[in-house]
Amino acid sequence: MRTIRAIALRDLTSYFRSTTGYVVASAVLLLDGVLFYALALGPGAGERLSGEALGSFFYSASGLTAVAAAVLSARLIAEERVTGTQVLLDTSPITDFHIVAGKFWAAYGFVSAITFVSLYLPLLVFVNGRISFGHIAIGVMGLLLLGAAVTAIGLFASSLTSRPILAAAVGGGITAMLFLLWPLSQAVDPPLSRAFAALAIHGRHFATFQAGILHLRDVTHYLAVTAFFLIAAVKALEARRWS
Amino acid sequence: MKWTPETARDLPVVEVEEVERRFGAKRALGPVSFSIARKGIVGILGLNGAGKTTLLRIMAGDLRPTSGVARIDGLDLARDAFTPKRRIGYLPESPPLYRDMGVRSFLRFVATIKGVAKEDMSAVVETAVERAGIGEVAERPIGQLSHGYRQRVGLAQAIVHSPSLTILDEPTNGLDPVQIVAMRELIRELGRESAIIVSSHVLGEVSKTCDRVIVIHRGRLVADRSADDFGVAGGELERLLVELVE
Repeated sequence: MRTIRAIALRDLTSYFRSTTGYVVASAVLLLDGVLFYALALGPGAGERLSGEALGSFFYSASGLTAVAAAVLSARLIAEERVTGTQVLLDTSPITDFHIVAGKFWAAYGFVSAITFVSLYLPLLVFVNGRISFGHIAIGVMGLLLLGAAVTAIGLFASSLTSRPILAAAVGGGITAMLFLLWPLSQAVDPPLSRAFAALAIHGRHFATFQAGILHLRDVTHYLAVTAFFLIAAVKALEARRWS
Repeated sequence: MKWTPETARDLPVVEVEEVERRFGAKRALGPVSFSIARKGIVGILGLNGAGKTTLLRIMAGDLRPTSGVARIDGLDLARDAFTPKRRIGYLPESPPLYRDMGVRSFLRFVATIKGVAKEDMSAVVETAVERAGIGEVAERPIGQLSHGYRQRVGLAQAIVHSPSLTILDEPTNGLDPVQIVAMRELIRELGRESAIIVSSHVLGEVSKTCDRVIVIHRGRLVADRSADDFGVAGGELERLLVELVE
């Protein structure tokens, strides 16, 4: 546990020492603000119900959270290989699980921090509208679960290559594919449609959080995707030691 | 008999048995066999591409052998890498440094992942800082340091947890003459307390620092003697290598 915490803290603080961290955080917060203005404060916003505005905010924020998680996690292991520091981890008395877990918590911590900073936006709805804290809490939980899943996907991609750009492309590709499974599920017939809808990391699984409804099925789905890709990242690291 | 640090004291710190490493169809090393005692400095000498780094990486637990066994303190690295890795310090040819970190915080991080207890942390970090002679730059970010200081920080990370085996791959690479002399003195000092393996393709480097020399050529161990037996000061080692290349 101490080792995981040390790796997580090292990588988390490195986001605050790098331009990537600030650029990603600024871009996400700026776009969150712009989209929130358009949805909740802009022209025509007065005719919209507060709950609808909030749901729309979570919908747009989910895309930004996914992009931020994919970008931030892509560098985690690939960059260690570029800078030659992977050897330090590989020759230390720690397992590949420690490395993956530490790095996951670092990126996820940063993604979560961005999500929490953006929280002031949905809270602004209270100024002129009526919404429940529960809706906000469940929406944020959805963003955090989606962020965890995409971070795990990015970390897996990062464990496959020594090029952060390639890792970002692979991680982004897997994430996009899992997003696109939802619209695809609407276009095909059963049983494929049911399978695609169940596997998609957006659409059906995120719509409930967006509407302020907590469904155990969706929580389990995001946790399962996160665990699957973290285990895959550990296995990919183990395999590279034999290559 | 169950393994304990006490039982390991009677064993060689390194035992390499018929170790071979292939990268695809190409054999980079072996099979090689040798053992290394608990104290003293062993030089691994060979031309570029001879297989020195592959051998060092296997002994450091960074690479698994295709066949054969590498043991540290009697423990097979392929079976139980966790315990032996606590007892190994490794400085690769390019020091593994996080350039965005300060020197002291980097050493604290390394000590933590090497398993140093919390209560010993400050003492071991300060000892490593002092031994590597990096006290004056200890609060500076590593990225702002000169090559010589970075090499010393690399050495400090290798010794911060007081390993029983320290593996140094070309430790004087890129250092100026004054820094080379200081590095040699430090390696000699460490060799009086524990086992040190120094790899180099520079004959003078090995002759001036080591007690024993293992010569690797095209992945094979071709000589294993004390540095005195080679008569390195007279340049016999150089002649030996030339003969091997021919």
